[in-house]
Amino acid sequence: METVIPNELVWLIFLLPILSFAVIALFVRPFLNNPRLSGYISISAIFGSFILSTWVLISLLSAPGHELVIPDFNWLVIDSAINIHLGLMIDSLTAVMLIVVTLVSLMVQLYSQGYMKGDPGYHRYYALLSLFTASMLGLVMVDNLLLMFVFWEMVGLCSYLLIGFWFHRPAAANAAKKAFIVTRIGDFGFLGAILLLLSQTGTLDIAQLHSLALAGVLTGTVLTWAAIGIFLGAIGKSAQFPLHVWLPDAMEGPTPVSALIHAATMVAAGVFLVARMFPLFEHSEVALLTVAIIGGLTAIFAATMGLVMTDIKRVLAYSTISQLGYMMLGLGVGGIAIGIFHLFNHAFFKALLFLGAGSVSHATGTFDMRQMGGLRKVMPWTYATFLIASLSIAGIWPLAGFWSKDEILASSINNQPILFYLAMVTVFMTAFYMFRVVFLTFGGQYRGGSPANHSPRPHESPSVMITPMVVLAVLAVGSGWFNVTGGFSRFLEPSETHVFQGFFGILAHPLPWVSLILAGAGILLAYAIYSARWLSAERIGRLFEPFYVVFSNKYWFDELYENIIARIVLLKGLFAGIKLFDSRFIDRGINAFFIENLVVRRFFSGLKSFDNRGIDGAVNGVADTTVATGRVLRIAQTGQLQLYGMFIILGILAISLALIFFS
Amino acid sequence: MSLGLEHYLVLSAALFSIGLYGALTKRSAVVILMSIELMLNAANIALVAFSRYIVPALLTGQVFTIFSIVVAAAEATVGLAIIMAIYRSRETIDTTKIDLMKW
Repeated sequence: METVIPNELVWLIFLLPILSFAVIALFVRPFLNNPRLSGYISISAIFGSFILSTWVLISLLSAPGHELVIPDFNWLVIDSAINIHLGLMIDSLTAVMLIVVTLVSLMVQLYSQGYMKGDPGYHRYYALLSLFTASMLGLVMVDNLLLMFVFWEMVGLCSYLLIGFWFHRPAAANAAKKAFIVTRIGDFGFLGAILLLLSQTGTLDIAQLHSLALAGVLTGTVLTWAAIGIFLGAIGKSAQFPLHVWLPDAMEGPTPVSALIHAATMVAAGVFLVARMFPLFEHSEVALLTVAIIGGLTAIFAATMGLVMTDIKRVLAYSTISQLGYMMLGLGVGGIAIGIFHLFNHAFFKALLFLGAGSVSHATGTFDMRQMGGLRKVMPWTYATFLIASLSIAGIWPLAGFWSKDEILASSINNQPILFYLAMVTVFMTAFYMFRVVFLTFGGQYRGGSPANHSPRPHESPSVMITPMVVLAVLAVGSGWFNVTGGFSRFLEPSETHVFQGFFGILAHPLPWVSLILAGAGILLAYAIYSARWLSAERIGRLFEPFYVVFSNKYWFDELYENIIARIVLLKGLFAGIKLFDSRFIDRGINAFFIENLVVRRFFSGLKSFDNRGIDGAVNGVADTTVATGRVLRIAQTGQLQLYGMFIILGILAISLALIFFS
Repeated sequence: MSLGLEHYLVLSAALFSIGLYGALTKRSAVVILMSIELMLNAANIALVAFSRYIVPALLTGQVFTIFSIVVAAAEATVGLAIIMAIYRSRETIDTTKIDLMKW
């Protein structure tokens, strides 16, 4: 296939899944109601996209500058000020993302044939997977920020719908809402950055913004704020600290969805966004440093929580957050190629881990690792593939994870020594928590599975689930080899001059050995505690109890967000807090001292009454005033839309009259 | 006397005001919906009039009006469907009595 792919077929890459969504939702579901057909349509569409994506990749390898020029259409033209195209930007970054998205989506959809079998929402499931894949493909292909934002929100919507797929379960419905609202906070920053760029440069075309940044036209605070706004969007989507809280809850969705959306593709969209706008970050030291610091901190912060979770999917969720942190760190210290290379490898091994988790829960009916165990013998395929993925994520030579993780470590040691040490600790933690999962799930004796599970003996999953896992396992081993001699890096960054050491040559350096030894130590510790039981998990838990409490409560971030910020809003909450503090602590302290001490009791009883009437009165008064004000203002909220409408009209009239008379 | 732009605009403003008055004062949800349609059509008249008198060579206002009519039709459909649903469950379409969500 030496011929370059025709332009129309490039458009088809994301039109195929959209078409599949429309056919399933509008035709198959209402008229045929044949669930298997929905699955086949969706899978054929994504298979077509995968073939076309491969063709794009092959065309790009020989194209000059690794870019394809696709003619675009005018979409939104407002005078000469704003001209937004409907166009595609096909370069090496896009090609890599296309391969990742279509391949993982294909594997996940095949796997879902087994996992979702018999689910009443089968049509909806495949329709949404198609829609998600289409949005994600659109997101990586479009050439301007406005369209990207549209697709950005569409993947968010699909994520919401799929997390809440089993919406009759309150936990799933709440998790969906949480994911949607938390990511929206980040999207606000992204939208702000888009508006800022539009007002300052008059264009949203990504290539034009790149050249403006490169030419030094777009500089200074504008550039920094735009980059930070974009990064805020990435923080939300990629679940970076402090907006990471939604991803662990998102595990309420079906497991294949977690594999596709919340491990391999959508959460990586944040990393992709930073990589796509990288020239903007490159020219702003502050922004690039922010990316590196947030990434490095998130990596270790999420890993600590992953150490103590007992739900297999939650461990994987924290692991994903941590690995996404690695990617951000890679972008911040090394550049596009390093961050995206980790994204590329991570997509395969993390999707595989999730599919493995789905497979064991299919057999045991639970995600709680304390009820699993001993599955090594009954589920040999799941065990083998899960083990490969775990070794890969732990960064064991020569599996995929090793190559990308070591590149990140190697570039951070020179630029950000502190972040480098954090990343090294994270390497140890990653190996530990992954092998904790492996030993708890597959080692030892079977602990009975879910009490509600009807089949008493766990069994291996059907081959329709195993086959995609085997394909992904091959990639989890080999996807790192694309960059052993720097081929992947040169494809993404033609100017790459870094020296690559080769397959065995890399072992001649000390750094890989340090990280290998740390990873090995993590695995050994997990073995000692959870398999050989040389050390008691309970005793270690007690020894580090403060840490255990902090980690297993997830640093109380959920409580912070839900109770303090979301539930008790505005001033009323503040004053209620003051009142509470006053009555709990100040009053109690003063009372304890003065009431119990008989000598000073009478002497200070006057002071006490001053305290009760004066100080308490003042503090309570402020709180009560707020409550009372609220009560009065509430009257204005009649709920009568017509009254509101009248005030709107009066307001418009007042403004119009003011404009007529005073201008 | 020949008709000018002003005549159309006065007609449009009058229609709009009638519609607005209806939308703000009537209690029946159906009448409110009709009033809103009136307001939309007032805007359509203004659009066509501006298009006809200011840029006679272009059809932008007319085309826009067609879009607006389509949207209005869709809106009426949805609105009437909601009113039907409310009537079935509450047996009234008096907007002052549909206050389940009010504290």
